[in-house]
This record gives sequence, structure tokens and C-alpha cells, in this order.
Amino acid sequence: MTMNAGLCPNGHASYPTHPRCPDCGEPQDAGTIDLSKSSAEVVTWTRSTATPPGVREPNTLAIVEFDVSDATDGGDDVVRAIGQVTGDADVETGDEVEPVYAEELRDPEAGIKVPESQEWDGYRFDPVQ
Amino acid sequence: MDVAVIGASMTQFGQRDAWIRELLVEAGEACLADADVSPDGIDHLYVSNMASGEFEGQTGIMNHLAHDLSLMPAYSERVDQTSSSGGAGIYEAWQSIASGASETTLLVGAEKMTHRTTAEATDIIASITHPVEYKHGLTLPSFAGLTARHYLERFDAPRESLAKVAAKNHKNGVDNPKAQFQKEVDVETILESPIVADPLRLYDFCPITDGSAAMLFTTVERAEEIADEYAVVSGVGGATDTHVVHERDDPTVMGGVVDSSDEAYEMAGVGPDDVDVAELHDMFTILEFLQMEGLGFAEQGTAWQHVEEGRTDRDGELPINTSGGLKSKGHPLGASGVAQAVEIYEQLVGGAGPRQVDADVGLACNVGGFGNCVITTIMEAAE
Repeated sequence: MTMNAGLCPNGHASYPTHPRCPDCGEPQDAGTIDLSKSSAEVVTWTRSTATPPGVREPNTLAIVEFDVSDATDGGDDVVRAIGQVTGDADVETGDEVEPVYAEELRDPEAGIKVPESQEWDGYRFDPVQ
Repeated sequence: MDVAVIGASMTQFGQRDAWIRELLVEAGEACLADADVSPDGIDHLYVSNMASGEFEGQTGIMNHLAHDLSLMPAYSERVDQTSSSGGAGIYEAWQSIASGASETTLLVGAEKMTHRTTAEATDIIASITHPVEYKHGLTLPSFAGLTARHYLERFDAPRESLAKVAAKNHKNGVDNPKAQFQKEVDVETILESPIVADPLRLYDFCPITDGSAAMLFTTVERAEEIADEYAVVSGVGGATDTHVVHERDDPTVMGGVVDSSDEAYEMAGVGPDDVDVAELHDMFTILEFLQMEGLGFAEQGTAWQHVEEGRTDRDGELPINTSGGLKSKGHPLGASGVAQAVEIYEQLVGGAGPRQVDADVGLACNVGGFGNCVITTIMEAAE
């Protein structure tokens, strides 16, 4: 499992990756940036208490921003990602967090999607103390 | 060809015993009766619906409705654009008339949801998300919580301003006998209701609803001949934003609202200042702010002030959601965009009863996903 952002020849980055760059339409074939080793800043967060089958309750979620300016050769400075916050951690806008791997983010068998149709592992965001 | 609406209907919204087939027939029959048009005059039938297969196990519902209303051999099609299926149906119906492919088109939107638990319904709706969102348990309400916090923090808007959207729309819904809720809810009650997606609470969200709504379209030329009253569809635009919500440059800008309304304004030859009444997609209170700003009714970060000052009240300078909105009228997914336009039609032909405002130009903005797909429709009173 990786947490890779895609990069296009014009220096635009996105997470997740796409066949073509959402900004300029060029194939996103200029490499990837591994976000899992970097820390990020919380842009906004919510604590969801009405969660669907197979999802932990409450489910604290955050949109975070990674600094990728070293990897884009003068292109995008930041790339955003979304995900669960670890455990019951308190988090605030502006906090620093780091990705922590989790084997199963929700129960693949409990929801409407066919379990084999997508991945269920990924990275939660853990507040840096 | 210029396009007219010559009939409209909506069923009672709320928790209904009827299944999807019966809801569709109920609204379809009422719409034909409202326009006094017989089934054999229908060339095209569009059925707006997000997920009858997932909710109920019934597919092929355009065929069912065509058969039950005896519309054969009319062309029929089901239109799915998630929560904006109704608006997408308006776009298709408009295209069918404007292109000359159809002289008379029936549009019926419907959804049957309340037989599912809230958790199940939430999951069916959340299945529209990208796999990187779905695996983390993202739901549409959680996108609303994330965006509302960002908006409040960035623009220093008071939490109460969101509650005032809900209070306003509940107040409007009191005068809509078809609405799911017909009772006022005060700001204190809203602010003390249970948290659903912090900072948003129960009353910041629309309910889960069964219901159907319908409209009948023809050319303006023919409307002049056969209709007692009609309204003109003067502009319609549709646009798509990113599938992954966090990839948008600015979380408070709904690109689909901006782009679809630019298209609709240009087609109609009007601007935001010309709009007299609007129905916005208040699935969550924060969406009313974001749409007001995307549609040009307010500068970015200031919509909350308009609501605080009462400018969007029924007696304000731009009444928004006179029907009660999705908030109090209810949100049967595929029906909602049609029901928004039904309210605008009623306002333009003077049929809105106690909800009536003075309006020559009306706008409906129907949002799918969290702004993923948006349809803006502008309608004008017949000259």
C-alpha cells in the first residue's frame, strides 16, 4: 500500500492519481510523490456521528495539505488528501499530522460496494504531539 | 425552438406507503391532468431517479411508467445524475423540445427511500464517492461538516447564521401542504439538536423522503395555442466538478454552480440581479451559502450576512426556497430537482397560494453529490 500523488509534465500534483491531470489534461506520467513519509497540515475536519454500516462511530475525518514543492520542480506547492484521524484524537485546523497505515479502514463486507471492487486499507492521520 | 412548461405536479412528500412505481404514476397522472393533455400526445418521457435498483430492487422504471400511463410508443429514458437527476431531467426535456425531436415531453422525478434505515440510505448515497473517500467512511453529511467548518473559520461567520437558513426554510414549509415537515423550528432548537457532522447538527440536514414531481414541456408556440397558463424555460446549464471533493482548489467554491449558472444566465440573457425568486439545493444548510455565492447573489464569504439580514426571507428582496427547500419539503433524490422547478413554475403562473411572491424571473439550482454535478434552470413568466 502506498499513498502516492500523481504528477503531470506541467508540475501539477493530485491525490489520488488519475490517468490524466485534472488541471491541464496531460497524461499524469511524470512520476509519483510518496506522501506516506511526510507530515501534513489540517485544513478542516469533522466528527461524523451518523456513520454507514461497517464504519467506526464516531468517525473523525480531516482534509490535510502536504507540502510537495520539493518534488514538483516549480509546479504545485501543495497537494491535499482526505482521511480518518487516528483513534479518538482531538484535532484542530492548522495541526500537524502524519500518515499511519491501517489494514482495514472500514468493514468491506458491511456496505453496499462489492468488497473486491476497491481497496480497504490506507492511511489515517495521526496528530504530531 | 423556445421551450414552455404547461403543467406541473408534485405528490405529498414524506414517509409514504407507495413504492417507486406508484409514486411515479401519481405525479405523472396529476401533471397530465393539470395540463389537460392526453397520454397519446406525449412524444418523450424522462424519468429522473438516482437509485431505485439500490433502494428497492426495481429497475426499468421509465418503461413501467410509460406502460401504466399508456404513453406507448413514446421514447422513454431514465435519467441518473445522483441528487441532481431532476435537474438533469429538465435539461434533457428542454433539449428534446428545443431540438425539435419531441413536441410534448413529460418529465417525472421520483425516489422511494424511507423503507431503508438512515444508515443504509446514507451508504447508498455515499456510494457515489470515489474509492479513496468511500473507504474512509466519507458520507455526504461529512463533506458538509468539513466544508461548513472551513467556511465559518475562514469568513468569521457565526454558527447561528447556518441555523437561520434552516429556520427560514422551515418557516416557508409551514405554508406548503405537500412538504414533509410543516412546522417552524427556532434557532435555539437547531443549535441544541444532536451533532451529526461537527459543527453541523440534525437540523442542518434535510430528511430522508419518498416523493415524486412532474412537469410537462412543449414549444412556446404550442403553449400559446393549448395552455391556459405557462412559463418559459429561458435558460438551462449543466456542469461537472471533480469526483474527488478535496481536489478542488477552494473548498468554498462550487465550480459546478458557477459554470452551470454562467451558461444558464447567458442563454436567458439575464443576470443574478434579475432573479426574483430562487429554489436552492439546501440538502445541508451550508450549501445555501455556497450556492448563493456561486450564483452571484452574494460575494464570496458574505452569503451568511444576507441571510442574517433577512434578505432571503419570503418578504425579502430575493426570496430563497419559498417551497420550504429540501430542508422542510424533503429530499426524494430524483424528484428534488423537478420539485424545485415546480415551485418556480407555480410562482411564475401565480399558483403558489400563501407562498406567492411577486416574480417574473425564477431560478432553480439542483446539486448532485457535493457539487459534483449541477444544473441551473432559469424560468420566466409568459409575456
